[in-house]
Amino acid sequence: MRFKKHLPVAGLAAAIVIFQALTSLLGREYYLTQLTMAAYYCLVILGLTVLMGYAGQISMGHAAFFAMGGYTTAVLTTPDLSTSAHPLARLAIDLGLTVGDVNAFGDGVRHLSPWVSLAVAVLLTAGVAFLIGIPILKLKGHYLAMATLGFGIIVYRIVLGTALFGEADGISDLPPFGLAGGLTVSGDPGLRVQNYYIAAFLVVAGMVLLLNLIDSRVGRALRSIHGSEEAANAMGVDTSWYKLLIFVLSAVFACVAGVFLAHFNGGVGPSEAEVMKSVTYVAIVAVGGMANLWGALAMGMVLNYLSLRGYFGSYDELVFGGILIVIMLFFPEGLLGTENLKRLTGAAARLVRGKTAGGKHGIS
Amino acid sequence: MPFDQLLQYALSGVTNGSIYAIVAIGFNIIYNTTGIINFAQGEFLMLGGMTAISLSAFMPLPLAILAAVIITSCIGALIDFFFIRRLKSPTVLNMIIVTIGLSIVIREIALHVWDEKVRSLPYFTGNEVTSINLLGAYISPQVLWVLGISAVTVVFLGFFFKFTLTGRSMRACASNMTAARLCGINTGAMVTVSFMLSAAIGALAGCAISPITQTQYDCGTSLAIKGFTVAILGGLGNSTGAVIGGMVVGMLEAFSISVLPLAYKDAISIAILLLILFAKPSGLLGKKEAAGLKEF
Repeated sequence: MRFKKHLPVAGLAAAIVIFQALTSLLGREYYLTQLTMAAYYCLVILGLTVLMGYAGQISMGHAAFFAMGGYTTAVLTTPDLSTSAHPLARLAIDLGLTVGDVNAFGDGVRHLSPWVSLAVAVLLTAGVAFLIGIPILKLKGHYLAMATLGFGIIVYRIVLGTALFGEADGISDLPPFGLAGGLTVSGDPGLRVQNYYIAAFLVVAGMVLLLNLIDSRVGRALRSIHGSEEAANAMGVDTSWYKLLIFVLSAVFACVAGVFLAHFNGGVGPSEAEVMKSVTYVAIVAVGGMANLWGALAMGMVLNYLSLRGYFGSYDELVFGGILIVIMLFFPEGLLGTENLKRLTGAAARLVRGKTAGGKHGIS
Repeated sequence: MPFDQLLQYALSGVTNGSIYAIVAIGFNIIYNTTGIINFAQGEFLMLGGMTAISLSAFMPLPLAILAAVIITSCIGALIDFFFIRRLKSPTVLNMIIVTIGLSIVIREIALHVWDEKVRSLPYFTGNEVTSINLLGAYISPQVLWVLGISAVTVVFLGFFFKFTLTGRSMRACASNMTAARLCGINTGAMVTVSFMLSAAIGALAGCAISPITQTQYDCGTSLAIKGFTVAILGGLGNSTGAVIGGMVVGMLEAFSISVLPLAYKDAISIAILLLILFAKPSGLLGKKEAAGLKEF
């Protein structure tokens, strides 16, 4: 039982290492850049999968939470505090909350530590998700979709129209995020492998956390809400509390992804908050099989990677739309929905049995 | 605020509101017969506008618009025929994803057929600088065209659903699909008709607003979002609600510009909408149970 549960995670970790080794051997390490970005987007998708697939609540505004993470860290860490006379800046320096850095002109500057901005971003996002979650999660179906979409549009308009957030240009020149032990999140091509593993570690950690969550008492409560909210309520499950909890959790996942990706890219722009981004996240969750974290992860990695690499050039979105339609038409449960998985494993089992029993009749 | 300025804001609110109302009615027609929120609704406006612009190079304007409406409604029928019918016992989320996929595909095809240039139809009467003085407020004659076309569409639909056999059959599908089928109504055909009708209405609206707002391959998305908002605000499936909702959103937008920066226009109107929605989750004229049904 335990073994069965840990096996896929170990497999994921192995796949991550093998892919890195392959790209390094072949001298194609630049593939890792898009893969790192795809991994951060996958964090958003994983959080959304638990919200949509297990708790049955749609959110068409998750790009807003992602943008809140990215913009909070960008606003807090870009200003140079060493020359600032603001009492808060002095206080931050005195408390040791800043990190030294060298800017493009070779001058020494002091930025607020990204750890502080990460904490602020998480608290802010959790607070906002909590406050808007209370009224929003009372709604259902199309009305819930509309309300979360509305929240996303409001955040998009605010980042697009406010000078503090750089309006249409966004914010650039984010300092690198120095983690413990010399690990750094930044866009420096020399740190590609390191950054790939940081992102991969976050995805694996998030995956383990969510897999345990859905396997716990909370997970059972969530599934009961998805089945029938009234019945769950009657059974004594505090449905509105659990819905709120999971909404906040998935918002925090998106926020953390936003913080890390902003430091990796060295910038953040309003396109991260666009409605189409949110829609894309929802679509990937549905295409991956709704209540299936592995399906969501697989579809998220593949689709994000292909689109970030510009594999299809100007036909990129067309291909994405086409994939959505085809999967929904032929695999309405998502590509890795339970029914399809059964069919696949069944086919694989038959293939293996055919090979061992039939010998030469097997596929050679 | 002086009276003429007030009137000017109100007029711009009514104009935008009537466009949103038409998009919302397009949503409602399809929602009523199928339970689908068709996220490709905004693309019908774009297709109508674009096709009419291309055709107007070869033929007189009214003919180009008529042809664009017919072509777009055929595209609506094709969408139903090739995609919606293929869905076997779909969930609401399946259908939403398919229509989102369709809207992306249509938009991207339009990008490759036309390119990303901003185009517009010529003014139906007069030109950019013609304006009519109405009690101190100035309006372009095209605004009157938009208002007129919206009003005629609403009245036409009212008669269509009340007095024609097709319209009544569609209403029967709306209230109960199985019962309608048992009564001998070809429900599949009704779904096709609803797609054609909402595509045609969208295309007509797209032509009417093209001279004022310009047409571009991606102009459908924002209109669809506004139309969706209005449809929900008015109560899904309710055409009177759509008109009232459209006016509310149009007015909120118009007057929010007078107190806050233009960049926040959408944010303000949607924030107020959300407040309304929290107070009355089924929308202004929606049935109470509608908000509880149709889950994901």
